[in-house]
Amino acid sequence: MAEIERVGEIIEASTTGFTAQCYELYQMPPLGSLVKTGDSAAELYGIVYNATTTSLEPGRRPIARGKDEDSEEAIYRSSPQLAKLLRSEFGALVVGYKEGDRLYQHLPPQPARIHGFVYQCSPDELKDFGKSFDFLNIILNAHLPVPGEELVAASLRRMSQAHEDRRAFLVAAGKELAILLSGNLNQLNAILGRIKL
Amino acid sequence: MTERLGIVVSGSLNKGVEVRLDSSASIEDMAVGRFVTIEGEKRRFFGMITDVSLGVTDPNLTLTPPDVSDPFIAEVLAGTSTFGTLHVSPSLVIGGDAAAILEGPQPVKTIPSHFSAVKLSTQEDVELVFGTEDEKRFFIGNPLDMEVKLCLNLEELVKRSNGIFGKSGTGKTFLTRILLIGMLQKSQAVNLVFDMHNEYGWAGTREGGPPVKALKQLFASRVAVFTLDEENSRHRGVSTDGVVRIGYDEIEPEDITLLRQTLNLTDLAVEAVHQLYRKFGRNWIQDTLGLKGAEELPEGLNIHEGTLLNLQRGLATIRRLPFIEPHSPVNAVKAILEHLDRGINVVLEFGRYRDITAYILVANMLSRRIYDQYQSRVEKADAAAKESLKPRPLVITIEEAHKFLNPEVAGQTIFGKIAREMRKYNVTLLVIDQRPSGIDSEVMSQMGTKITCLLDNDRDIDSVLAGVPGRNELKSVLAKLAAKQQALIFGHAVPMPVAFQPREYGSAESYRGFAPQKDAEEEIEKLWD
Ligand SMILES: Nc1ncnc2c1ncn2[C@@H]1O[C@H](COP(=O)(O)OP(=O)(O)O)[C@@H](O)[C@H]1O
Ligand SMILES: [Mg+2]
Repeated sequence: MAEIERVGEIIEASTTGFTAQCYELYQMPPLGSLVKTGDSAAELYGIVYNATTTSLEPGRRPIARGKDEDSEEAIYRSSPQLAKLLRSEFGALVVGYKEGDRLYQHLPPQPARIHGFVYQCSPDELKDFGKSFDFLNIILNAHLPVPGEELVAASLRRMSQAHEDRRAFLVAAGKELAILLSGNLNQLNAILGRIKL
Repeated sequence: MTERLGIVVSGSLNKGVEVRLDSSASIEDMAVGRFVTIEGEKRRFFGMITDVSLGVTDPNLTLTPPDVSDPFIAEVLAGTSTFGTLHVSPSLVIGGDAAAILEGPQPVKTIPSHFSAVKLSTQEDVELVFGTEDEKRFFIGNPLDMEVKLCLNLEELVKRSNGIFGKSGTGKTFLTRILLIGMLQKSQAVNLVFDMHNEYGWAGTREGGPPVKALKQLFASRVAVFTLDEENSRHRGVSTDGVVRIGYDEIEPEDITLLRQTLNLTDLAVEAVHQLYRKFGRNWIQDTLGLKGAEELPEGLNIHEGTLLNLQRGLATIRRLPFIEPHSPVNAVKAILEHLDRGINVVLEFGRYRDITAYILVANMLSRRIYDQYQSRVEKADAAAKESLKPRPLVITIEEAHKFLNPEVAGQTIFGKIAREMRKYNVTLLVIDQRPSGIDSEVMSQMGTKITCLLDNDRDIDSVLAGVPGRNELKSVLAKLAAKQQALIFGHAVPMPVAFQPREYGSAESYRGFAPQKDAEEEIEKLWD
């Protein structure tokens, strides 16, 4: 079995989502990735909806340093402490959980725990999760800093990569969306335009 | 394989049910007339697709159509935002318990519940409803778009008068030939065919192809061909079994009434016929034609000069028919009856005499006299209470039926009488017509089973469907039949209306199917005897 990739540690959690800090600067999972946290008794699944890189100390904003440097890398090379002063974080929307062998695509009874490790899901897990499209409804109804159609499209694009027949997967997802968004043609069109191959 | 088409989403018993098509089923593969099965919660329903339509969940979709040139978007939207709807009229239902299965399909009194699955019918479904080939049931074709044999109970069919309709070139003649073969094989009835265009006896024409075999070539020992035009029959290489001639003295006023339109007679002239017949008796035609003017009329006859002239012109047309003689040396009725009594089907060819005057005159005269014989024999059998004395059921086939059965004459002709009496004297009709609206509506309503190919005139469609339950739905099916070799059958002999493609007729293989090889060879042997 491939080594499971650990992508961060939870520093803030609620019923509907969690925020995790990355161990390395800029090493956050891509937008729309499916991540998980928790132990084998109960695993929570989240979709990465946002990522930020900010100063470690609140109130101390970074300053521009590259005036005399040739490249961006050179800045980091000449100020190695920078990696310690900045941090990358990402937010994930909770879209389901697994208890024992059963996977549910609705909110879990308990939120994630602080310092819980966050892992990138494997292709097999992506496939398993993609057997149901109930999670799309959670995304469309969430109040997020990114537009819902962007996140839906990003998550479906990523999930489709785990499927041998990407197109069939996307068509099935599209049909689910067409039903969910039967009263909102514009949003439907926006998503379909973003997921077509 | 049971292919699911969709689910029932709404409906009523009167109007039928709406079926939302699954996205996997293309609306373009659906055709009205198709036989379908609906799996209800407790019962199985059988019906026909009578309409197809398109729906959208969001009306905006029709205002700003999505980019369906993109196959991905088109595929996603099909069956979700855009979907097909079928209208299905259920006719029959069968329960799931053992008793219901024994009882067989029954007419519907309710409809399937919400979201019942609608499927293409299977072979078992068709056989459950229409039965399988047996000693009474004859394979007449396939339900539309299905590879299953559709069978018709011919014993049941011949109990009533029936009609075959359809505009010209749609396959009436081919279908009639198929039915005649069916009756010959699967019923007790014997047929008398008035064959205006020489298509049923020996060989028939086929559009864009060589002639097809007709009845006698396939069933030599069961079919006799009579002719009105011996020379022409010989010329076409037909071996005939009898020649029909008509004597003036056999023509009665009723025959003239029927010819009023074709002979262009005035009402007064038709009335005069009755006076003349009463006066002159059997010789009335010759005597009337011999008159030089109204002044030569015998005492007591009050006929105007103009009326007499009009009548004489009409009678002269009859006299010019080559098969008419002052007195016929042959008794055609007797010869035909002898064949019918032995169970031999009789086809009377008209040879070159295809004009409608000849056809009406001959068909009417012969039928009337044959019918009289049947009537007296049945009455005798009834009086003696002996079923065995009754003559075999007779089916008389006539084309251009509206000429015999239009409202003006239906009340007076023998054909109107046969149609109305159902099977009182063991005689029924098989009428073939391309203009059914010309047929008297009462006669139409008496027909047991109707088979209709494509009709495009609204009045014709209405007259064929008058009084039929669910006629609005059937109308859309009928109007959409293919231009050839597709038909809709409904009425007495079928448990529910069904659209079908008649069996292919005309290939060597088809002949083998109709007349199995062994028989056909025997028949050919007999021809050489
Ligand atoms: N059952 C059939 N099998 C084969 N060909 C058929 C059949 N029905 C119709 N056709 C074709 O259609 C043509 C017209 O059919 P026909 O019975 O003569 O029409 P109608 O009597 O209605 O004018 C035929 O010549 C034949 O080519
Ligand atoms: Mg014809």
